[in-house]
Amino acid sequence: MTNVFGRFDFEVIAGWIGPGERVLDLGCGDGSLLKYLREVRAIRGYGVDNDKDNVLACIRNGVNVIQIDLERGLAGFEDGFFDHVIMSLSLQTVRHTEQMLAEMLRVGREAVVSFPNFGYKPHREAIAAGRMPVSERLPYQWYNSPNVRFFTIADFEALCAGRGIQVRERLAFDGDHPVTQDPNLNASMAVYRLGRGG
Amino acid sequence: MVAPQRAHFDAPLRLRCGSILPAYDLVYETYGELNAAGTNAVLVCHALSGSHHVAGVYGDDPRSVGWWDNLVGPGKPLDTRKFFVVGVNNLGGCYGSTGPMSVNPATGRPWGADFPVVTVEDWVAAQGRLADHLGIQQWAAVIGGSLGGMQALQWTLEFPERIRHALVIASAPKLTAQNIAFNDVARQAILTDPDFHGGHYYEHGVVPARGLRLARMIGHITYLSDDQMAEKFGRRQRGDKLKFSYDVDFEIESYLRYQGDKFAGFFDANTYLITTKALDYFDPAGDYGGDLAAALARARAAFLLVSFTTDWRFAPERSREMVFALVHNRRDVSYAEIESSAGHDSFLLDDPHYHAVVGAYFDGIKV
Repeated sequence: MTNVFGRFDFEVIAGWIGPGERVLDLGCGDGSLLKYLREVRAIRGYGVDNDKDNVLACIRNGVNVIQIDLERGLAGFEDGFFDHVIMSLSLQTVRHTEQMLAEMLRVGREAVVSFPNFGYKPHREAIAAGRMPVSERLPYQWYNSPNVRFFTIADFEALCAGRGIQVRERLAFDGDHPVTQDPNLNASMAVYRLGRGG
Repeated sequence: MVAPQRAHFDAPLRLRCGSILPAYDLVYETYGELNAAGTNAVLVCHALSGSHHVAGVYGDDPRSVGWWDNLVGPGKPLDTRKFFVVGVNNLGGCYGSTGPMSVNPATGRPWGADFPVVTVEDWVAAQGRLADHLGIQQWAAVIGGSLGGMQALQWTLEFPERIRHALVIASAPKLTAQNIAFNDVARQAILTDPDFHGGHYYEHGVVPARGLRLARMIGHITYLSDDQMAEKFGRRQRGDKLKFSYDVDFEIESYLRYQGDKFAGFFDANTYLITTKALDYFDPAGDYGGDLAAALARARAAFLLVSFTTDWRFAPERSREMVFALVHNRRDVSYAEIESSAGHDSFLLDDPHYHAVVGAYFDGIKV
């Protein structure tokens, strides 16, 4: 997934990570984010991915990677072990969204989540025209997409509110431009910093 | 072309069982060149039936190819143009290192069953002496599959400062009850063979071939997967019709009998007994109330763990236990679970993705 994940997102995420933190990157792709965070924040990180080519790419990148199926949860990781648990542009590929978010906030102090916004205006227009959206952020056809959950910024925030997940920060983008006006309509993707509520 | 070498050690080795081995020999082979700084040495640890002959061929026999030759050599995943690779036959072995077939200096006769039951810990201690002998202060890596992986893990605990990377492949931090059970069936086959003579069969000029053959047959079944056996043999018959006798009807019977006979023809039964016990006894978490994370707290190395999806003797779950115990200790660790139909024996095969993973990991090791 990292091929559609621009450097500017790395900077946003790095801005939320402190020096020397323990970081878990779920759906880590080729490990470039962890490599970047190691360079700029001296983190100790682990990636998780279940795609064999991604696992190999991480090893080639010198990044710790653990091949497990995220749908089976994060059972092996201890409560509160990580400072940040990141899931960049992968949440929509996980079937058990609620459990995933709960698990991220179990093993991590905070979670960082980014996802493509299905409510993005061009996507709405595609649907209105009768076709599923295909775009830079959603580069797949409906029949070959790894995405299994289709949700908007508004949907996600409703879920967080309903499950006691605190949105500590949100940045929304159209391409690499920050969006502040009506992000649910104007942003192609969003990045969140989440914590346990209360 | 390679040639085995022999190192003699006079300093007594205190074994885990309490016995002391006053002196011993280790047979080993090396491939590649040790660099001036001594930073490129890799130890390859063998499993149940392996030896020091890891790679290459002996000059007088082109069929004498090393047991991990597909992985170790120039341009191979463990590239001997970059690394100085050492293979060693463990204590208690039957390929030249001191073991049950060696002469017991106290009696002037072969040790036989009197050879002490050596363990993974003892092997690693002896390998440490071999490293001293070769002038290797610290291994760039120690690699092994199955029982060899246990030795790689033990290196990180016994000599944390002397190993930078451990490659633990198709292995486990301890055997399950089922695994120990299989091993004991194998041992019982040997121990109850009338030719065993309490382990002193050398003096009788016989070998417990029937027992060793059965041991190998049961072992072999467990190293393969159900799927692979179905694919390779299915219910295919040797002849056109069933024989209604106890002769071979099915291909799988023929295959297993052949493998059993072949193995019994060259391997030593006492070594087989010792080696299966070494497998059973290995349990570094045992001294920590079963807490593997606590047991691995001493380790300083970085790790690559690899398992195979159809390996039910050293299942992926056992590797995951080690992975999470290492994460707990904040060690650098990567873990690949290789899709394979070949069961435990997959670690010896040359699956391209598996070899790419191991090769990429070795490429990343600085020397």
